[in-house]
Amino acid sequence: MIRLAHVPTYVRALALVTCLPIGLTLPSALAADDVAPGPAPVVAPATPIEHALRDITSEDAAVRSAAAALLIEKGDASLLPKLDEIRAEADRATRQALKPVIDLLKNHANLTSAQSDTRRSAAADLVGTGRPEAIAWLEQAAAKESVWWVKYTMEESAQLLQLRADAHTVRMGAVTKLGELRSQNGLSALKELADAGAQSGATDEQRALADAAQASITQIDAWSWWAGALETLFRGISLSSILLMMSLGLAIVFGLMGVINMAHGELMMVGAYATFVTQQAFVGWVSPELFDWYFPVALPVAFLAAAAFGWVLEATVIRFLYGRLLETLLATWGVSLILMQAARVYFGDLTAVIAPQALRGGAQVMVGVYLPYNRIFIILLSIVCVLGIYFLLFRSNLGIRVRSVTQNRNMSACLGIPTRKVDSYTFAFASGLAGVAGWALTMVGNVDPGLGQNYIVDAFMVVVTGGVGKLAGTIWASLGIGGLNKLIEPVSGAVYGKVFILVGVILFLQWRPQGLFAAKGRNADA
Amino acid sequence: MDTNTRQDGASGTDAATPTEHTGSSRREFLGQSGRVAAGVGVAALLGNLGQYALSYGAGGPPIKIGILHSLSGTMAISEVSLRDVVLMAVEEINKAGGVMGRQIEAKIVDPASNWDLFAEKAKQLLLEDKVSVVFGCWTSVSRKSVLPVFEKNNGLLFYPVQYEGEECSRNVFYTGAAVNQQAAPAVEYLMSPEGGNYKKFYLLGTDYVYPRTTNKILRAMLLAKKVPAANIEEEYTPFHHQDYQTICGKIKKFAAGGGAAVISTINGDSNVPFYKEFGNQGLRAEDAPIMAFSVAEDELRGMDTSALVGHLAAWNYYQSVDTPQNKKFVANFKAYCKRNNLPDGENRVTDDPIEAAYFGVYVWKQAVEKAGSIEVDAVRKAVYGQKFLAPGGQIMMDEANQHTHKPVLIGEILKNGQLKVVHRSKGLVKPEPWSEYTNPEKGCDWINHQGTYQKK
Repeated sequence: MIRLAHVPTYVRALALVTCLPIGLTLPSALAADDVAPGPAPVVAPATPIEHALRDITSEDAAVRSAAAALLIEKGDASLLPKLDEIRAEADRATRQALKPVIDLLKNHANLTSAQSDTRRSAAADLVGTGRPEAIAWLEQAAAKESVWWVKYTMEESAQLLQLRADAHTVRMGAVTKLGELRSQNGLSALKELADAGAQSGATDEQRALADAAQASITQIDAWSWWAGALETLFRGISLSSILLMMSLGLAIVFGLMGVINMAHGELMMVGAYATFVTQQAFVGWVSPELFDWYFPVALPVAFLAAAAFGWVLEATVIRFLYGRLLETLLATWGVSLILMQAARVYFGDLTAVIAPQALRGGAQVMVGVYLPYNRIFIILLSIVCVLGIYFLLFRSNLGIRVRSVTQNRNMSACLGIPTRKVDSYTFAFASGLAGVAGWALTMVGNVDPGLGQNYIVDAFMVVVTGGVGKLAGTIWASLGIGGLNKLIEPVSGAVYGKVFILVGVILFLQWRPQGLFAAKGRNADA
Repeated sequence: MDTNTRQDGASGTDAATPTEHTGSSRREFLGQSGRVAAGVGVAALLGNLGQYALSYGAGGPPIKIGILHSLSGTMAISEVSLRDVVLMAVEEINKAGGVMGRQIEAKIVDPASNWDLFAEKAKQLLLEDKVSVVFGCWTSVSRKSVLPVFEKNNGLLFYPVQYEGEECSRNVFYTGAAVNQQAAPAVEYLMSPEGGNYKKFYLLGTDYVYPRTTNKILRAMLLAKKVPAANIEEEYTPFHHQDYQTICGKIKKFAAGGGAAVISTINGDSNVPFYKEFGNQGLRAEDAPIMAFSVAEDELRGMDTSALVGHLAAWNYYQSVDTPQNKKFVANFKAYCKRNNLPDGENRVTDDPIEAAYFGVYVWKQAVEKAGSIEVDAVRKAVYGQKFLAPGGQIMMDEANQHTHKPVLIGEILKNGQLKVVHRSKGLVKPEPWSEYTNPEKGCDWINHQGTYQKK
């Protein structure tokens, strides 16, 4: 009750201070006066916060900002539901007055969240509010933080806020500290400081700041050059791994079996749709907590579905056309059109594959280098696939048969190898690999009937450049093409990057028509 | 001829499954099925005649209209919905008594996402079928391809999709947005305190005419609004581009320090890899929102929306617009799709081009009734100034420049693939086919001038 008595005066005083210069009346503060001595004081205990909550919807801009300031100073996260409630019904002015309050309170609360991502984004967002109160919060949180990247963001945000302080020494400290942190986010602010010092009429303090800022900028730039180089390298490897995944199956079919399979892209599409169907089955029949398991389950499904398609394709179309390159090309092209239109008719466009939680986002490995999980995953997958193929072709019984049939079909048949069976197994296996590629690609792209068309040209490019019939050639060619592409793209842009790569491949094949690794020996011209 | 084919078909079935007709001999069966088929054919003919007679009795022969949307090929995914909604509008109008008491008969052709075929099919509609109006086209290149056909034969085209402007044809009514009704207000919103005071803009698009022209206008506008050239980045990718690593890396660098937004005119299937990569590289809608001009509800149906939540889009209509006529429109469209067994049935959504295609039919109907004729020149004059209570709210056809006055709505993408309106323009925005930023000296006026003219 004692508090009750002095509360309205407190609010009034606060509001008065902000309103007096403009000479405004205080309708809401006066209204609060009427309420306070009302008949039911116990039911409505008016704390300063509650007053502020009322004032924030006031018509008067000054009252609103005073209330907002009070809420920021005294409020905590428990107010958030109430603030959101007010916000839902508020007009635009109130909403704008509320925004900094909500941002600040929410982010303050989130600094101690259990999720490291939430803590980090809260720290990053606090810079945007520009409130000096946040510095202390950030420093406290940083002291307790265990995840280095979150801690880094908290320290960086605190320094960025201190950059706006009035005291010269504080700003000076922040400038050097940002340089030491290699803060990419501080770069624009530091550049402003450097520019301000370079102007004529700058004070000594400004000049000193500009010098320090310049030193920090150099530090940051040097670091980000290396970080950029690392990221480019990673992107190159990532693109290479995708190219490799697409062309592995093709390398076997085209390289070892001598079949130009234009439907290879559509076999990837089959793998992608198999993933989608598995996902839908999980949505329909499995409990939501287990949803993410659809992805590993989809791997064998995609492999088997594509392998089955490939098996049928081989048995019905390709087996009659072995050794007739042009005919296989035309026939498989027709098959690819049929598959594409069938997918369009049957699935339409409602085919979003939702990435499992574990493959979303990425890892901050060092300042300025952030590696997405889905890409790391595909790189590892391509390594596993290459190893798998290696063992299958060079260390297993089937592999020996496949290679002997490739080298000399008639002799193999004489020695009792069932060449017909080997053909169909090899084709089915290569198709299954295409299905696995389609499965993996749902993580980076979309599932639609045109999926195969997007990739088939690149896949052929890789196989031909690498040298037909050579697995190592395919690996090196995908690394070369992917790496070059990512090296050129930052300079030339995506459109010309593609043009340069195609021109490069054409020139390379003029110089070395047999590709990187030429097949040697008797089967070279087969 | 008709009965003959039917008979052949029947005998084919018979040969394939002889056991089903053990009760009668083959000859008997052939005779029977032939008679049945003939009977069906005659009945169908009579039915048609009856309908024809009925429609004559109601006030004249049916009015023929053309629908020129791709039903196959890459654009089918977007354009099929427009055919559906135009047919729905036709059905509604016919049920309510038709236009001037005459029924509407829709003539549908399929230009198959092939730009040359668009011109050919347009010619067919205008010269062979002699339709009085055509509703059609989606991409700018298809519109450019049919434009000479419509101008030479004095046809009438209602074009329902937002486009890059810089066009002023006497034979086209544009019911979608011009640049100043979509792109420009969206960027102005981002620059406003309400929109977040963004100061740096990354203009990213697919490499073709719409993104290039739009970005040219936006760049001129940003420069006019004192945004330094260093704070504007412009980049294009080929169609079907899949690898957005480098671009997202660039955006990340560009957005460091805050205050940056991405203006996306990426079209078609590249959107999914772009949004996925954007999220996976740790960029959030709070750091750098993507404002998209080509992503609407119909496209969102096929995307994993978790990567898109919180990003923005600019259109003149959303399915979520809260008006009584929109509730009815959405429900009718879903019911129509379900009733006619269209793919996805009642899961279908409406979006901006669908709404624009829909009210285009009604605007034409009102104009025909005002003119009292279906002659193209008379109808055109009657369209000017025509008002209609569209699902998204009142719209008005301009008095002179063939475009539509529409409201501008900025929407935020929600998890369920719908958009929540976060900003709405005050009243209707007047369309300007020639942007004040890139072509301030040009105007479009078919009343006081002959189309595009020089101001002053």
